[in-house]
Amino acid sequence: MAVERASERLVELLTRDGAVQEQWVAAVAASLGGRISRAELERELSDLYQALLQALDKGGLDWQDEAYSEVRALLVELSRSRARHGFTPTETAVSVFAGKDVLEPTADSTAEDTAAYLQLARLFDALGLFTIEAYARTREEIISAQAEQLLELSTPVVKLWEGVVAVPLVGTLDSARTQVVMEKLLQSLVDSESEHAIIDITGVPAVDTEVAQHLLKTVVAARLMGAECTISGIRPQIAQTLVALGVQFGDIVTKATLADALRHVLQHSGAALPSGGDR
Amino acid sequence: MTGPRVVEDEQSVPIGSNDDVVRARQTVRTYAQQCGLSLVDQTKLVTAASELARNTLVYGGGGLMRCAAVRSGARVGVHAVFEDSGPGIADLDLALTDGWTSGGGLGLGLSGARRLVDEFELRSEPGSGTKVSVTKWAR
Repeated sequence: MAVERASERLVELLTRDGAVQEQWVAAVAASLGGRISRAELERELSDLYQALLQALDKGGLDWQDEAYSEVRALLVELSRSRARHGFTPTETAVSVFAGKDVLEPTADSTAEDTAAYLQLARLFDALGLFTIEAYARTREEIISAQAEQLLELSTPVVKLWEGVVAVPLVGTLDSARTQVVMEKLLQSLVDSESEHAIIDITGVPAVDTEVAQHLLKTVVAARLMGAECTISGIRPQIAQTLVALGVQFGDIVTKATLADALRHVLQHSGAALPSGGDR
Repeated sequence: MTGPRVVEDEQSVPIGSNDDVVRARQTVRTYAQQCGLSLVDQTKLVTAASELARNTLVYGGGGLMRCAAVRSGARVGVHAVFEDSGPGIADLDLALTDGWTSGGGLGLGLSGARRLVDEFELRSEPGSGTKVSVTKWAR
């Protein structure tokens, strides 16, 4: 069967009794269980339906063709909105595949109709896969945006005392996070006119050579700006591991707890300690 | 002399990104906890695994970690193998020297990892990849 005839026949199939669009909407609505309003679904699918008719009308069953750009754009929009609203991939793809089910040939269908349907099925399958891909892309975008937000959230710089800032590090310290920590710390040293910084690694589960190197670089950068850094939160197991690794912290002051580090900084900066705080 | 070695419950973690290094570390930590290693030994083994996994990624261009519980007589421990098919190491002694690095690190990863575990075996030939096996026994 020639491609043009097939697509003409498909347009006929799709417009045959004027109820295709309605059945399509009903099928999708049933599978989404009312989590999306009927009006919105109708709007989405009628746009898609019209675009599909136009694309078939212009000829061709190749979904990658220029004629299908409108259809593809609508599907991308649909996938994005589904992904944002937390629908599953199945619930997203059903919007496309339900259209296929509606047109399924019956016992009365002519051989020609069945052949046309098979062409349509192939087209719908391709469009369905395209929808899933767009869905997955959107999800990935959301995930990477969240990872970035987490990066920002997980590295607060807090002011502990006049002239003393602290960074409590929690979790895995990799190059990307160290970069953020360093930038934030150096900036807050300037903003708060602090001369002392405490980097607390109580929440870092493993300190390997990469983490140690990142810490050393941060301390050196702070020193270049005239600030003194203290590293706190070195637990017994971390201390023993660092010794075995052979990592040298040189003349950098390290303390077991944040409280010890603060006491040390205050004593050396000459700030008045509350009575009884001196040991 | 202790009995023959029995390897149990092996698990593989492919290493192809920084996230995989974290995953390898978590896997080793789980095994270390299950085998009853002390907190210090857990931390040492996990740190060694972190170094070796990162070497696999950075110098070997990615590879595979296999982790398992080992039993030898009454002793239990954790055994981990890091394998890659990267360029390999030309001079093993030089690679195990403190402070020597072919990249931008501190040069303590490989030599430090050797000091952190009880058994350490490094096999490599230029062009045919690198295989590092480590074992840490529960005390």
